[in-house]
Amino acid sequence: MDVEKERKFIMSFDSFFISTFGAVESGIIYALMALGVYLSFRILDFPDLTVDGSFVTGGAVAAISIVNGVPPVLATIYAVLAGFLAGVVTGILNTKGKINPLLSGILMMIALYSINLRIMGKPNVSLLNESTMFNQVEGFWAALGIDDFLNNMITSMGIGILPQTWAIVIIMIVVTLAIKFITDYFLKTEVGLALRATGDNEKMIRSFSANTDILTIVGLGISNALVALSGALIAQQGGFTDVSMGIGMIVIGLASVIIGEALFGTKTIARTTLAVIGGAIVYRWVLAMALKVEFLETGDAKLITSVIVIVALVTPKIIASSKEANRKRKKRAMLSSREEGNSA
Amino acid sequence: MLNMKDISITFNEGTLDEKKALQHINLEMQKGDFVTVIGSNGAGKSTLMNMVSGSLKPDIGTVKINDKNVTMLPEYKRSRMIGRVFQDPMAGTAPTMTIEENLAMAYARNKKRTLKAGVSKKRKKLFKEHLETLHLGLENRLNAKVGLLSGGERQALSLLMATFTEPNILLLDEHTAALDPSRAELITNLTGEVVEQFGLTTLMVTHNMQQALDLGNRLIMMDKGQIILEVSGQEKQELTIEKLLHEFQRIRGTQMENDRAILG
Repeated sequence: MDVEKERKFIMSFDSFFISTFGAVESGIIYALMALGVYLSFRILDFPDLTVDGSFVTGGAVAAISIVNGVPPVLATIYAVLAGFLAGVVTGILNTKGKINPLLSGILMMIALYSINLRIMGKPNVSLLNESTMFNQVEGFWAALGIDDFLNNMITSMGIGILPQTWAIVIIMIVVTLAIKFITDYFLKTEVGLALRATGDNEKMIRSFSANTDILTIVGLGISNALVALSGALIAQQGGFTDVSMGIGMIVIGLASVIIGEALFGTKTIARTTLAVIGGAIVYRWVLAMALKVEFLETGDAKLITSVIVIVALVTPKIIASSKEANRKRKKRAMLSSREEGNSA
Repeated sequence: MLNMKDISITFNEGTLDEKKALQHINLEMQKGDFVTVIGSNGAGKSTLMNMVSGSLKPDIGTVKINDKNVTMLPEYKRSRMIGRVFQDPMAGTAPTMTIEENLAMAYARNKKRTLKAGVSKKRKKLFKEHLETLHLGLENRLNAKVGLLSGGERQALSLLMATFTEPNILLLDEHTAALDPSRAELITNLTGEVVEQFGLTTLMVTHNMQQALDLGNRLIMMDKGQIILEVSGQEKQELTIEKLLHEFQRIRGTQMENDRAILG
């Protein structure tokens, strides 16, 4: 009985570790998408639904390029450019076509669905036997011996199931942090400041000679370039691109932004971008844990996502208002006890 | 410096709401002129200001700044030459950004924005020096978010941001109207100081007649889209509120309808 219990515990701890590992691995790639959503949603104050389409565009362009023999790095760059273009079109619809932000994004999202199908020529493209950015570096990675070292370490911690490779997670941590630091710097440059002001007070920054139309267009371009980069990398990590893999992506991006901000704070730009990356990982982790619950299945992921976002949005408000109610109750109690003291 | 010739604009032309907002306005300002504009609601003061800033384009007429025809130049391009302070203290600054970041954006007004850091050490020193002239202690709060400042502080910052890069023309759009009296006085005094310090060519709209009399070397009165009175130099020095009201009655044959203009 005891042995059985112990075995069960080890099993669950193993599977806890491996799903946490998986959550970090894909979370750090989705974090790039979340950074893109942060740029549009928070910095530009533009709820950009293009994301659902441009994420797939990134995956589609990368996959079809790789299948046609383009080196994976170049294929990924093509994907980034395609995403940038998608964002630019949304920006033009909004600024030059005077279409409201939400509708511009929706129009572009729908249009991209067909465009993505055209790019791929079919609903999905497999990359299973193709070389990707990740399996290209794996040989080099194995030679470094980092996997052996880390695996030895976790084996000694008593974990039985080992991750296939640490390459993706470690490379992506480096890549994502590099992009985070570039973003932080960019948002502090003269152009970056004007971009932030465009979302904060458009009338004001226009009176300081900034072309807010161009800034919005470029800002959405950069945002969707990051989203497409994320899509291209997810495709290469997962080994396929599917035309429907972007459904609900904007909500996942928002979930990451909101969870990250709530958990890790927004004091400075650098802190917030880090929080968004953290939020993307936490989101993946919560989702992975939720899917471990017996009666939930993979198809419930979108429902779980919605619930996560709702909880992340509502909880901070409930906490704040209960704190406030507590404070008032205490104050009243203090006053009434003082009055009693006086009358006694 | 500023030359407006035969400017007219009509809103909602051909409908029941048709409004001739400006009718054949001619206004010439020399370098260093400080013109105050008064008039009741709907007289066309703000429309005049928006004509200069470029947020509105005239139906007919031309606007020249520094002998350059800017009539069709979009607002953001024109604002290289124009500093502007709005009535709403929230309008002139970006609330989620810090004081130094706001100043950095204002600093880039007449330059090309680049991918260099907006706030450098050298600029920080410059910003501090300028903030000291406001005597509000803001020089010690460079990293505070502007949204945390009071209305008066924000308006003082807006004024500094609009002026410290020495624009060709400074537009003040009832910029003290939303402040309490003591703050309004502070901003009025600061305005006089900075305009003199930089020798700025200034156009100021105000509801407050006393302010219009205290500041500037010229005064114009508007009504129903027209300039009905122009006073300058010695004559302006000797002007009083009573005289102004009397003038209005003489020209228009009616009482000035707006109490706020008198009490303001």
